[in-house]
Amino acid sequence: MSTLNTSPKARAARRGREGGGTLKKLMQQNYPVRYLVPAYIMLLIFFFVPTVLNFIYAFTNWSAFSKTIEFNGFDNFIELFQSGTLLRDLRVTLVYAILVAVFQNTFGLILAVFLEEDTRINRFARVMFFVPVIMSALAVGYIWQAVLKTDGALNQILSFFTGQNIDVAWLGSTTWTIVVVAAIHGWKWMGLSMLVFLAGLKTIDSDVLEAAAIDGANRFQVFWRIKFPLLAPAFTFNVATSLLGSMNGFDIVQATTQGGPGGTTEILNLFIWRTFGQGLYSQSTTMSLVLFVMVLIIAVPLIWYLRRREAKIL
Amino acid sequence: MTAATFGAAPKTNESVSVNKRSKTGAIIHIILVVLVMAILLGIPFWLLIVTAGKSQAEAIVPNMSLPSHWQLLENFKTVLTDGEMIKAFFGSIVVTVPSVFLALLFGSMASWILARRTTKPMALVYTLGISGLILPPAVVTVMMLLKMIGLSGTAPGMIGVYIGIYMSTVIFFVTGFIRTIPISLEEAARMDGAKPMRIFFTIILPLLGPTLATATILVTLYIWNDVFYSLFILSGKMDLLPLNLYNVASAGLYLNNWHLIFAYIILMSLPLLLIFAFTQRKIISGITGGAVK
Repeated sequence: MSTLNTSPKARAARRGREGGGTLKKLMQQNYPVRYLVPAYIMLLIFFFVPTVLNFIYAFTNWSAFSKTIEFNGFDNFIELFQSGTLLRDLRVTLVYAILVAVFQNTFGLILAVFLEEDTRINRFARVMFFVPVIMSALAVGYIWQAVLKTDGALNQILSFFTGQNIDVAWLGSTTWTIVVVAAIHGWKWMGLSMLVFLAGLKTIDSDVLEAAAIDGANRFQVFWRIKFPLLAPAFTFNVATSLLGSMNGFDIVQATTQGGPGGTTEILNLFIWRTFGQGLYSQSTTMSLVLFVMVLIIAVPLIWYLRRREAKIL
Repeated sequence: MTAATFGAAPKTNESVSVNKRSKTGAIIHIILVVLVMAILLGIPFWLLIVTAGKSQAEAIVPNMSLPSHWQLLENFKTVLTDGEMIKAFFGSIVVTVPSVFLALLFGSMASWILARRTTKPMALVYTLGISGLILPPAVVTVMMLLKMIGLSGTAPGMIGVYIGIYMSTVIFFVTGFIRTIPISLEEAARMDGAKPMRIFFTIILPLLGPTLATATILVTLYIWNDVFYSLFILSGKMDLLPLNLYNVASAGLYLNNWHLIFAYIILMSLPLLLIFAFTQRKIISGITGGAVK
């Protein structure tokens, strides 16, 4: 390629992106498709093909106990539905995801507002609240298990301050334990939400806030009418990542309750791992497909809605 | 938590008004920050450290009291030798470093094309490329696929799966960033006769610094701490740090050995914590800069 015949073509490329055949050739020359190949081969082998296979094997009798793999229609789904596991685990996962999103982002937003100013102690606190984000979720789960055990640290502290013997089974309630575990998940990731909200707060023009103050807005009005709406992009990011992260959750629940008590905290990934360990591969695959569809149904419209909300506000 | 909201409120007004914050307000704020940190972070981390320093008899019921005598180093030694931590540490390195490096390299190359070619088919390719941001990986069938191609239980198989899972994150961040880089820089080089490879490696890649830093942090965090995918893929044939923690914590050997579990957790968290301690300013500004545009 000589310099002489490159420059006019380059200029043409700048003028119009959607041009005729020469432009197409030029684009291929300047931005060759082969640069896509390594990334998309990895995606194909390790992501797309397994996903497609997931749709196939969910309809088979694949297991450690049968020598052949045969199609059995909707048998896996019917079995999981009739045993009640399908609906229970779906409900548990949904409740867990919503609770995590609420906890993580409420904690994160409060921390962001609380630590917004660039003082030395605030900066230190931000760094400290990011430490759980860096740690392994499994480790976080074990630590909180020790805190929340019936004879664990929290009950000891509460007993000390109230002067009575307190022995709440934080991880043993069929109703409330899921809330506790979701709070732990929220605690682990609140530092990330905090940072994202802080970044959003930093982008707000101080003129807007000044104008509001001059108009006599009190601090509640300034926050809810101006700051919170302007945090829309950060809100989208945080809600989406926390929902997706918790629907795909495993480590924290496994480390604290292992799905118990009585299956009330068994999110889908826990079921997938448990049945896989039992050699019931097709049931495991079926649940994996259920998770896939659930995420698709919930996340896509939600993200679409949140982006539209952003566009309306900004 | 409500106290925290009120503590924040005076601050909100401060940034608006010209006046300096009152001294008492500042002191109350400091007290609140310390209190919130003590409750939310102090309790779990205190418990982690004191329990890791105790003997088995003292640690059997984890509590907040100080150990009667510290044996933190002895406990570290025990988990390092009996818990096979060193092997697991190198396992984690062998898997994490190539996964992150290749995901970033391949992802950046693809992102360059995706950002610059704006045709309709390319938009579809981009959508496919970032679909992994939302869609959960099919973890059972990926294990089966690896078994068929003979990669299950091996480091290359694990690396491939991690690259496949986190490629979307890289493509999403980097494509968004490249779109903000003016195309004129590349055109100038092209007029001087530079080939695509040279343009990518000498012009585009160096400009990606901040966004690659953000992507590195996020992807490293996910991979270094992952236990779910490695449980399926490695099926006990290779040791990684979190996987090892899972095994020792579930095994009878460590049952009720809180002091050893917690010693393990401290050692396992140290590498990332040390990196974070030295680069926290960059990491925090990287994440805040990259996530919200």
